[in-house]
Amino acid sequence: MAPILSIRDLRKTYDNGFEALKGVSLDIQPGEILALLGPNGAGKTTLISAVCGITRITSGTATVAGHDVQRDWRQARELIGLVPQEISLESFEKVRRTVAFSRGLFGKPRDDAAVERVLRQLSLWDKRDSTAMQLSGGMKRRVLIAKALVHEPRVLFLDEPTAGVDVELRRDMWRVVDELRREGVTIILTTHYIEEAEAIADRVAVISRGRILLVEDKDSLMRRMGRKVLHVALQQPLVAIPADLARFGLALDDGGRRLTYSYDTKAERTGIATLLAALAECGIAVADLDTEASSLEEIFVGLVHGDDAEGEAAP
Amino acid sequence: MNLRAVRAIYAQEMGRFFRTVTQSLVAPVLSTSLYFVVFGAAIGGRIEEVEGVSYGAFIVPGLIMLSVITQGISNASFGIYFPKFVGTIFEVLSAPVSFLEAVLGYVGAAATKSFLIGLIILATSWFFVDLSIAHPVAMLAFLVLTCVSFSLLGFIIGIWAGNFEQLQLVPLLIVTPLVFLGGSFYSVSMLPGIWQTVALFNPVVYLISGFRWSFFGLADVPVGISLLAIAAFTTACLAVVWWIFRTGWRLRR
Ligand SMILES: Nc1ncnc2c1ncn2[C@@H]1O[C@H](COP(=O)(O)OP(=O)(O)OP(=O)(O)O)[C@@H](O)[C@H]1O
Ligand SMILES: [Mg+2]
Repeated sequence: MAPILSIRDLRKTYDNGFEALKGVSLDIQPGEILALLGPNGAGKTTLISAVCGITRITSGTATVAGHDVQRDWRQARELIGLVPQEISLESFEKVRRTVAFSRGLFGKPRDDAAVERVLRQLSLWDKRDSTAMQLSGGMKRRVLIAKALVHEPRVLFLDEPTAGVDVELRRDMWRVVDELRREGVTIILTTHYIEEAEAIADRVAVISRGRILLVEDKDSLMRRMGRKVLHVALQQPLVAIPADLARFGLALDDGGRRLTYSYDTKAERTGIATLLAALAECGIAVADLDTEASSLEEIFVGLVHGDDAEGEAAP
Repeated sequence: MNLRAVRAIYAQEMGRFFRTVTQSLVAPVLSTSLYFVVFGAAIGGRIEEVEGVSYGAFIVPGLIMLSVITQGISNASFGIYFPKFVGTIFEVLSAPVSFLEAVLGYVGAAATKSFLIGLIILATSWFFVDLSIAHPVAMLAFLVLTCVSFSLLGFIIGIWAGNFEQLQLVPLLIVTPLVFLGGSFYSVSMLPGIWQTVALFNPVVYLISGFRWSFFGLADVPVGISLLAIAAFTTACLAVVWWIFRTGWRLRR
């Protein structure tokens, strides 16, 4: 399938000479949900702004459904919805009017039913006649989403949609994303919450210092990295790992009081039962057991950390 | 051409105007009345007539121009500066809206507002003085052109301004003096020698002169030159707007 969004060697140098994007290439398939992860200042917002026409592109291309965002900007932008990171709304404008305004900006005929639909979808219908000023921060964010959705975009950019949002609203947001996914909307979302990416994304891209470090299917990423660790706390410290236990590849730490065993969660047999039996055979008494999963978070931190170290070595 | 976007921007801007309609209208009406009281009564007591027109009536075209010019600039500059300031401009930038369409929406609304204010002031004047308009069509044409050109200027200022001080700077330092010295309250022929020549470098003189001609049939400079001057000014503003459009200057980072 042809990608709906295709970014090729995109570079952005700001007026002050700072290079925020250093050649980003990325393909996104129709209907896909991509989570763009990266530390503060990585270039997430810059990337989104470049595609959406808010910043000028220094070099490289981006196309939306085959329309170049610079050459065929009108056709490209008609397909895009954007929820910005910063909440910016006209304070004195009523919710219903500001949403209708967005629809007009995108050249769609006035359609009160469409406005009502999106307001209901975002649980804003009760607030339709409130002004932005009268809304809480979370509600304002919903208004921004309503504004981005009301012209029925095929590609939706959500720049940190759940920053500073309570748990309930975050779940709500995930539900909306799920509904949109079923409608076939392609979503690119940036977030600092790894569990959010784990919960809703199909693919994960990690960006740091203006470069994409990794793009991978979330499940395969989890599988690749999906190792679990079993910590076995011992009643008596060990000096060395007994030869009988060598096949388990254990590590001994905490002054000989803890054995660490890593295993693949997806494997048929984890080997935990065998390990425990072997420990009993060697007469090693177990005080406690504890498991730990490696999460996207660790993968992410590992990647970005590596990148930072490299950046420092060769700035 | 995304006409629906032009309409949306225009309607939103007009909505802002009508939300504060009392403020928007009371202020100009009040200040006009004050001008009449102060200038009409105080000075009018001494200068009864200027070239056969009663002083009270004589200052009406100048008063209208004064308001229309300052309102056009402040409405348009604020209209585009405000979204830049609060960040809502992102929506216009990311929508399928060309710069021309944005200009039509924002400048159209600002020009409409100042046009309405001009009419209101004209109506207010009728309470104070007897007025007859010799060339109504020319009067409207001058009024509309002035509203449009100064709203364009305001738009440019609003895009250029990086903060509120700058937003006020140009109107305060350049426009207000030019307008006050533009012959709102006197005929250029009443100025002493050298100042008559100096006045001719003030573009606003041509505007007010032409506008006054459309009321009373008398002018400081030939009306054709007035028309030429305002056409040239409008063209200059359009050229700057076009240049901003070509370069994306100060709107897209
Ligand atoms: N207008 C600008 N002029 C100069 N530099 C800028 C400008 N906007 C952003 N930058 C720089 O570009 C880099 C990337 O910024 P960007 O906003 O894209 O980061 P981000 O990944 O969205 O970060 P965050 O997670 O904090 O939102 C940062 O180092 C930032 O300081
Ligand atoms: Mg950001």
